[in-house]
Amino acid sequence: MTFIQLFFIFAAAATLGAALLVVTSRNLIHAALWLIVSLFGVAVFYVILNAGFLAMVQVVVYIGAIAILMIFAIMLTRKVSQVPKPVFNSNWIWALLIAVVMFGSMTWILNMWPQFEAIPPALDPSIDPLRQLGVALVSPEAYVLPFELASLLLLAALIGAIVVAWESR
Amino acid sequence: MIPISYYLIFAAALFCIGLFGVLARRNAIAILMGIELMLNAVNVNLISFWRYATPEKINGQVFAVIVFAVAAAEVAVGLAIFISVYRRRGTVSADEIDLLKW
Repeated sequence: MTFIQLFFIFAAAATLGAALLVVTSRNLIHAALWLIVSLFGVAVFYVILNAGFLAMVQVVVYIGAIAILMIFAIMLTRKVSQVPKPVFNSNWIWALLIAVVMFGSMTWILNMWPQFEAIPPALDPSIDPLRQLGVALVSPEAYVLPFELASLLLLAALIGAIVVAWESR
Repeated sequence: MIPISYYLIFAAALFCIGLFGVLARRNAIAILMGIELMLNAVNVNLISFWRYATPEKINGQVFAVIVFAVAAAEVAVGLAIFISVYRRRGTVSADEIDLLKW
């Protein structure tokens, strides 16, 4: 058990614990704050995986935009005088069963994979992943079309969100 | 060195926690939070396969970037729908939004 493995287990426990609190908190603002902790934990894993740019994007986009947007939506849709209702719907026991069975079967199937214990290959120091990513996103031989489609999707989502949330008088 | 199994089991657990949130929560915004957790688990898988299988190619990171964009679009539209529903029906509880049920 090396230091990095212990660090991994600590970070994974923190992330999963925060994720459990996200899905079980009665107070939605608390759930959103735990969601921020969980998303930050995932960013830590991106750093361990040598994907520093994505870790930064995770913090900026997920924590800086999505989580804050959720907090605003929670504040906009909250009734002040509300009788406390159950957090879960009536099928929560089935949901728990499905989640546990799915986790068990995924672990079981992954265990049969021969490279399950593979360790990461050494990175070639002459290759800069960030430069590679930037080139791949704009080069016609690689991913320029999905990249442009993603920007179109974001524009459509922006206009759609404004239209849907517009208060018509 | 961390074996890939750590990442895959972590991502599977995160995905299943998100799945439980999506299936069991009553509040629609909490369901959206569960979807975010599931998308994050998928991203962890994409990046770990990129790092462990093909670190010389960048495809895994590009996929993760596209997942980021889709997640942002989905949250924006989803929250707009919930705000609109709240204005009309006064609730964002998923089992009380039953306009399409008969």
